[in-house]
Amino acid sequence: MTTSDAFISIREVSKYFGTFKAIDTVSLDIAGGEFFSLLGASGSGKTTLLRMLAGFEPTTQGEIHIDGMPMSPVPPHQRPVNMVFQSYAIFPHLNVRDNIAYGLRKAKLPREQRYAMVDRMLELIKLPGYGLRRANELSGGQRQRVALARALILRPKVLLLDEPLGALDKQLREQMQLELRALQRKVGITFVFVTHDQEEALTLSDRIAVMEGGRILQVDTPGGLYEAPRSRAVASFIGSMNFFAGQVRRNGAHDAAIETEGLGTITVPGDSLRHADGAAVQVALRPEKFTVSPTRPDGRQAVEGQLLNAAYLGERSHFYITIPGRNDPVAVSAQNRSRGSGLGPAVEAGGTVWLSWQDDACVVLDPE
Amino acid sequence: MTDIPHLQRPNRALQFYAALFLIVLYVPILLIPLFAFNDSIYVRFPLQGFTTRWFVELWDRQPVWDAFGNSLRVGVAVSIISTILGVITARAITRYRMPGKTVLVGFVMTPLIVPSIIFGVALLVVISRIDLIRPTLYTVALGHVIVCLPFAVATLIPRFEGFDASIEEASADLGENGWWTFWRVTFPGVMPGIVASMLLTFVISFDEFVMAFFLSGNEVTLPILIWSQLRFSQQFPSILALATLILFFSIPLILLAMWINRLGLAPGQIEGDGA
Ligand SMILES: Nc1ncnc2c1ncn2[C@@H]1O[C@H](COP(=O)(O)OP(=O)(O)OP(=O)(O)O)[C@@H](O)[C@H]1O
Ligand SMILES: [Mg+2]
Repeated sequence: MTTSDAFISIREVSKYFGTFKAIDTVSLDIAGGEFFSLLGASGSGKTTLLRMLAGFEPTTQGEIHIDGMPMSPVPPHQRPVNMVFQSYAIFPHLNVRDNIAYGLRKAKLPREQRYAMVDRMLELIKLPGYGLRRANELSGGQRQRVALARALILRPKVLLLDEPLGALDKQLREQMQLELRALQRKVGITFVFVTHDQEEALTLSDRIAVMEGGRILQVDTPGGLYEAPRSRAVASFIGSMNFFAGQVRRNGAHDAAIETEGLGTITVPGDSLRHADGAAVQVALRPEKFTVSPTRPDGRQAVEGQLLNAAYLGERSHFYITIPGRNDPVAVSAQNRSRGSGLGPAVEAGGTVWLSWQDDACVVLDPE
Repeated sequence: MTDIPHLQRPNRALQFYAALFLIVLYVPILLIPLFAFNDSIYVRFPLQGFTTRWFVELWDRQPVWDAFGNSLRVGVAVSIISTILGVITARAITRYRMPGKTVLVGFVMTPLIVPSIIFGVALLVVISRIDLIRPTLYTVALGHVIVCLPFAVATLIPRFEGFDASIEEASADLGENGWWTFWRVTFPGVMPGIVASMLLTFVISFDEFVMAFFLSGNEVTLPILIWSQLRFSQQFPSILALATLILFFSIPLILLAMWINRLGLAPGQIEGDGA
């Protein structure tokens, strides 16, 4: 094994449901104490992978190691992981205290000690005094916290969370995101967090694995995924992206030129280019990497275009700009630093604008 | 103008039908307690006056007590056995994806549609072929378990279906094996169904006649005793008294069983999802 600090190591794991391949040769290493997210569209296999970590689904091929131990012979109730279910799965016949203390039976602690531990957990999840409430007297957010406390009280080495915030409204969700992140730092447990919300994944995670159709497309830090996606699928799944078809013209030691449809021949830093001379590529540029101005900017690469329409969103404005040589308009997002949209009243729909960008903002990808 | 929604307006024809149905069903039953308190050995109108002497007479008859004891023992045993088997069957049917599941369900449910006289005769044939077994209360209990199992399973299946599977997974995840998970989570969750099933199967066994007729040998149950006493007209009023007691004891038990079962299934009771 190359990464010695890998706490969870997933080695070429596949999962079939009948003949359907839900997980396709996934390999992953997750470090101890890491906040690791699985991000993907619905049906991409996130829950299935998490359930394999918890032991509810056997792996068809491959092996999962946790803390150096192969997991396939270990049943769910003996794994050093705990799970927070999407439905929370609070025991309906028990009150909050007995829910949280559920896993302590085997520890054979005296009752006062058990209750003291529960009270400390209730402090941690900010629900002090809720011990005697019944499960059906709790709100969605409170249930979510009880589910969290029930797992954390056992001091698992890994906590698995399956879209734990999915059922909450936006405001509570954002608050819980902050609390979850703070909690993870405090207890230092490895979190494996499933979500289909890219913003949530970017906010919370140390690293993110982007999944599609049972495969992992890319594993990277939030910044890495956003700024340096390695495929069109990842680039368009996280944030929005403009793509320009192109061809490598010169692949020198320091910089390279790419002839693109729409942006002309652009120069990009040579170290970001893995492609040979003459190779077909795609250049990807995020909407906020462009600068729009009513006149030609000095000293930068720029193209002339026509403003198709503009949307004022308060904090920022979105522009759609058609440029010669490209069918789809280019999406541009600009912060509204002065009052009104950045372009001012000078430019109306149909008017001429200039688009410019920084060389190092371009991401060069394989063609589709 | 009325503000009752169209679908909730009373339907006269339906109300009439329901009333007629209830009359046909219950008036004959109501005649039983009526004549049990009638001060005459003959069952006919006009009524002769109020008496409790048939009940007193019943109290003094040892064969009635014996039969009552037999029925009670069989009923308790049957309710426990068929409910345990019902829990296992209902759990298997609702939890596992197994081949031939519909066949199994059909097999368990057949006693509901096959007349019990056929089961009774069949069991009697089997028993008389095996020298070691004689018709006794044990064979009655066996027959009753067959009759009661579909009721137990039908009562328990909705409980298991309404039970969120992730609750059991959560228990396993928190370190409990299958056995402890059953005791700490599944069993309390399906408890109302278990109680309802025990009450229901007890009453069915207690009142069952056909199986007991074939399989009881010379230890009679209460329904068999009633049947055998019908020949003696001077016994008839006390038999009515006995039937009255059974009625007043069975009906509340069935209602209790239905109420307990409803209790647990009320929305919001068994849920894991946010309400
Ligand atoms: N028990 C099962 N039997 C058959 N197919 C299954 C089973 N569980 C999941 N699948 C299939 O495996 C694929 C991945 O499912 P999974 O639940 O892991 O997706 P997901 O990424 O968690 O999606 P979501 O965001 O909607 O929860 C889906 O196509 C699903 O239909
Ligand atoms: Mg899922």
